Amino acid sequence: MRVLIPSALHAYTGSAQVEANGDTVGAVLTDLERQFPGIRFRMVDEQQRLRRHIRIFHAGEMIFDLDTALRPDRELCIVQALSGG
Amino acid sequence: MVAPRPPREHLALLVATRKGAWIYHTDSARQSWRVDGPHFLGHIINHMVLDPRDGRTLLASASTGHLGPTLFRSTDLGKSWQEAATPPAFGPSRNDLPARAVSCTFWLTPGPSSEPGVWYAGTSPQGLFRSADGGQTWAPFSMINDDPQFRHWFGTYQDGTPDGPMLHSIIVDPRDPRHLYFAMSGGGIHESRDGGDTFTPLVDGMDIVDGFDSGEISFHDPHCVRLCPSNPDRLYQQNHCGIYRLDRPGRRWTRIGRNMPADIGDVGFPVVIHPRDDRTVWVFPMDGTDVWPRTSPQGQPAVYATRDGGETWQRLDNGLPAGQAWWTVKRQAMCADSEASVGLYFGTTSGELWHSRDEGAHWSCVARHLPEIYAVETACVA
Repeated sequence: MRVLIPSALHAYTGSAQVEANGDTVGAVLTDLERQFPGIRFRMVDEQQRLRRHIRIFHAGEMIFDLDTALRPDRELCIVQALSGG
Repeated sequence: MVAPRPPREHLALLVATRKGAWIYHTDSARQSWRVDGPHFLGHIINHMVLDPRDGRTLLASASTGHLGPTLFRSTDLGKSWQEAATPPAFGPSRNDLPARAVSCTFWLTPGPSSEPGVWYAGTSPQGLFRSADGGQTWAPFSMINDDPQFRHWFGTYQDGTPDGPMLHSIIVDPRDPRHLYFAMSGGGIHESRDGGDTFTPLVDGMDIVDGFDSGEISFHDPHCVRLCPSNPDRLYQQNHCGIYRLDRPGRRWTRIGRNMPADIGDVGFPVVIHPRDDRTVWVFPMDGTDVWPRTSPQGQPAVYATRDGGETWQRLDNGLPAGQAWWTVKRQAMCADSEASVGLYFGTTSGELWHSRDEGAHWSCVARHLPEIYAVETACVA
């Protein structure tokens, strides 16, 4: 699955688009962590909550639940919330 | 065969700001400065500290407005940085208490020379963490993070600073690594003599805001606590409500700030102690009247020094702006070196870095136009 990475996390991935595997949002984030150590904790806190200013979109929907199932033919888009004013 | 010359130590200032970190290198003359930075431009760097045990390893606590907190580590003075494999993070819910998440690592303290590789970290919200491998992996430390009594003393988010409730001023007794102190804004000062198995409050004699019960630990707001390098039985404290001294084994703080000029008061963030004289201390007062402006009093910044353990205080403002300077200095943003004539350094909320080569008698500006400065540490670089 193609995953779009926000600029704040390019230091981990080196690019704005990467490939990752997983049937759920949580599984994709785990695969991202395997490829790019440290990246998951910048997006998900230790209580497994998406951080306040991270947004994830898939198939036109904004996702908050890491157990949400994904459609393999669609990309996962991780963005920084427009919370800077 | 000629033996290689040992590396010569030199002095550096580690400046952590709201928008990145800078390193200012100098030598013992402290006449000129070479800037290295920014590091982590755009990151919130709450604290950057050099490991005094090797003179090479830097730790920097980082977060951004969007991303979660982490720690970076460098073994080549910032030429390259590696992220901690396991940054400070709370565990799952215990004792039926709400689970918490670290917002930022606010304070870093290297362990004693007898424990190479050991570091302590204080977080927001209040948490205590320890690393035994030079800052690469971190784990919750002691009983306080999930203790119902401490959770009560932590108070609510609203009880903390405008940037959140903080655990800071982690101190390791250089004579005994099992003797520890830490402080919280809010939540008082606490001491352990058993390596963190238990901590007990150490707040006797400390004032709190008028009208509240000083017996309630969560109301106590120590801003900065320091142990005398030359006398580990003496501590000084800058509190939300006064400047204090404590001589151990005593347990009652003495409010030495009552000897400050009345029109200046004894509110502030930092306190700095002379490296070889336990009677000499410097503070940076701020305006704590009515709505708490947290600026220099009357817009006239000054360091105040005592040379007699707090009996008398002298104003030191030669070289500082004479007026219309409405900044202050945060709790980690003032420090001293250990040269024969002690150098003092502070960074301001307006992004200026100031220094004195003569223990505060004269001040000059090292840098302007930096972001808001959160922390300034001296480093003796190997």
